[in-house]
Amino acid sequence: MIDILNILLTDSFWAASLRIATPLIFGVLGALICERSGTLNLGIEGIFVVGAMCGWMATWLGAGLWGGILVAFLCGAFFGLIHALLTVPLGLSQHVSGLGITLFATSVSYFTYRTALPDVSSPPRIEPFQPLDIPILSDLPFIGLVLFQQTALTWLALIMVLLVWYVLNRTNLGLAIKAVGDNPNSVDAQGLSVYAIRMWAIVIGSALMALGGAFLTMSAFDAFFFGMVNGRGWVCIALVIFASWRPGKALIGALLFGAFDALQVRLQTEMGALVPGQVFLMAPYVLSIAALVIAARSADYPRALLTPWYKGQR
Amino acid sequence: MEASTVLKLNGLAKRFGSILANDDVTIHLQKGEVLALLGENGAGKTTLMNMLFGHYLPDSGNIEIKSVNDDFVPLELGNPSAALTAGIGMVHQHFTLAENITAFENITLGAEPLFSLRRNQRKAEKKINNIMSNSGLEAPLDIPVGRLSVGERQRVEILKALYRDAHILVLDEPTAVLTPQEADALFSNLRRMTKQGLSVIFITHKMREVLSFSDRLVVLRHGKNVGSMETSNASEKKIARLMVGSETQKVFPKRITPGGPILSLNDISVAGRSKRDSLQNISLTLKSHEILGIAGISGNGQNVLADLISGLVLPDKGSILLKGVAIQNINPLNMIKLGFGRIPEDRHRQGIVGGLSVSENMVIERLDDPLIQNFGFLRSSVINDNAQTLSEKYDVRGPGIDQASRLLSGGNIQKLILARVFEQQPKIILANQPTRGLDMGAASDVQRHLIEARDRGGGVILISEDLDEILGLADRIVVMRDANLHDVNSSSREAIGLMMAGESV
Repeated sequence: MIDILNILLTDSFWAASLRIATPLIFGVLGALICERSGTLNLGIEGIFVVGAMCGWMATWLGAGLWGGILVAFLCGAFFGLIHALLTVPLGLSQHVSGLGITLFATSVSYFTYRTALPDVSSPPRIEPFQPLDIPILSDLPFIGLVLFQQTALTWLALIMVLLVWYVLNRTNLGLAIKAVGDNPNSVDAQGLSVYAIRMWAIVIGSALMALGGAFLTMSAFDAFFFGMVNGRGWVCIALVIFASWRPGKALIGALLFGAFDALQVRLQTEMGALVPGQVFLMAPYVLSIAALVIAARSADYPRALLTPWYKGQR
Repeated sequence: MEASTVLKLNGLAKRFGSILANDDVTIHLQKGEVLALLGENGAGKTTLMNMLFGHYLPDSGNIEIKSVNDDFVPLELGNPSAALTAGIGMVHQHFTLAENITAFENITLGAEPLFSLRRNQRKAEKKINNIMSNSGLEAPLDIPVGRLSVGERQRVEILKALYRDAHILVLDEPTAVLTPQEADALFSNLRRMTKQGLSVIFITHKMREVLSFSDRLVVLRHGKNVGSMETSNASEKKIARLMVGSETQKVFPKRITPGGPILSLNDISVAGRSKRDSLQNISLTLKSHEILGIAGISGNGQNVLADLISGLVLPDKGSILLKGVAIQNINPLNMIKLGFGRIPEDRHRQGIVGGLSVSENMVIERLDDPLIQNFGFLRSSVINDNAQTLSEKYDVRGPGIDQASRLLSGGNIQKLILARVFEQQPKIILANQPTRGLDMGAASDVQRHLIEARDRGGGVILISEDLDEILGLADRIVVMRDANLHDVNSSSREAIGLMMAGESV
């Protein structure tokens, strides 16, 4: 117990939690926007891979870090557009289309990587995002150490939480997104386009997911590896339910998962002799499932989630 | 009010596959009038209004609407947004409200540009409050629509249209979900608004409403405008003749004095997740030679009661007695064997197995009958002969007895169920909304069979939202409200309506 307390009091633990949570924040926000408009996007895992690969490769090819981020954003939007076309106007099964996007996007990313770099055994490295050092603020005790070890992408993720919250709760656009995910007929009857709102929500949501992937190769690490996304997309799908489709709770969920993960790494080193390491590796997922079970019981699903809407059919 | 035309529907036609839903319909609407659009199910009323509002694109014909300069301009077809701009508001039968946002947000949704940083709430609030006080339509604005009552939601729908400056309001079966009192309030509010210049079209098949509230009526049959008249010249007979083509015989049952009790529910409780799916200390006695009508607005526990009598739900407390003996094994199969016949509310999902053929569905409740099967192998010739005979006897029409039953129309599915149930001569019949959505012909078939079953000595429990049906058929009436049954002393429509709405008489 003392060990855990000691860990919880270190700034490096909290800094790590926030770092681990960053890609999840992007992912959960992206999935949340899609689902609020009524579409499940199981392409998220593949879109993470695309974002990770494209952002990193663009930077490596000389686009610069922010250029890489832009490329990742656009590539994510592209795969989102495919999902949107298949599921919104064509009304295909969102599960099938989403899983298809994940398989397709993952394979295309690996294929591109291998085609561009046929012979390398260790991937080329880029100069990743550096921690932002803001004068004065960085010198604050504890908080300074936690927050100002983070890169610009983490800050961007936190800003995105605020932005998505503001759009959903304070603007007409957010109202339309929430309404179209609850009852598309309400939006149609008011003369707005159900297709346009849903498709844009999926495109933007997917672009955000890709930023989560880009964080992995451009901030957490400095190169692209096979299998590096490692289920983070699926975790986001679960976290959306945990968050009951609310941005603020999404941030909490992502941080909680990040904290579990950061804790297990530290416990492994401290108690590795007593307990097999796999137990700790498993811990964040087990705890997430437990949290999900509790939260999902009262989850208030967007009523039109998974239900396609066809114009002229009432 | 001087008569001046504000809207012209000119020769509208719409075809869905092989069905001609609307055929050259021409209707002119006058300023400040209440126009009732009447017709049987499938006569094309809703299709017509959906074309007016731009949900459907007509195959031919056009719509003209009076502009501010008093000349007629054609309305852009197939575009709800254009209809809204032209001042047409529509209140759909199935509300088009998002339940996760407030009434205020539903009303203003789409009225302001999507891409603005803020919402201009104060101006909108002022406008809505103005409309509410002018029209008499009140609804709580700032709680999620999901928590509003059906009547309140309907008022929000109308407010939504008025907020968009609608001067033509279309209401699709507005009273289907309302208590008689709520319906009366709605119509008096509408009357108030037409005095202020609003023109109203309302779709219905309830004669009483047409006769008491409309100024003029138009009857559609098979997609055609078959006649219009001033309501002051109309009578129920005249309208019915137009609607079905000839006068139909209304079912007037002769009442036999009931026999002894055959089914009793004794202080039964079922704990559901909400009031909608629970029962609280219900006691009920059904006699032979009796139709017991259970009136009430749906969602007050009727479906649990129906499931209970069908054997789908077990009581948590209390017992079900059949001729004084408690039923031990409550399950659907046993109930059928004990002589229960069931006509379920959702005939498509609970009444038939859509993928199985008509002939299979006709024997599906007695598959262990040795006439039907031999050591588990179905005797298809017997099953087919049975279906052939019953289809003729009960007038089940469709693509064929070997075809999937889901291909039948709603009325024919109901006749299939009648054939299956009544051929077994059940002692107790549970009919849950048996005529909902049926046209007059099919509905009167259903009613005739219920009366025949009663005259044979059976007991019928008739659950219906249609008060006219209950009043016309039932020998005794109880009202279901809040998971409870309430005895009715008076058979007046008003008294029952008040009880349905929850007021003590």
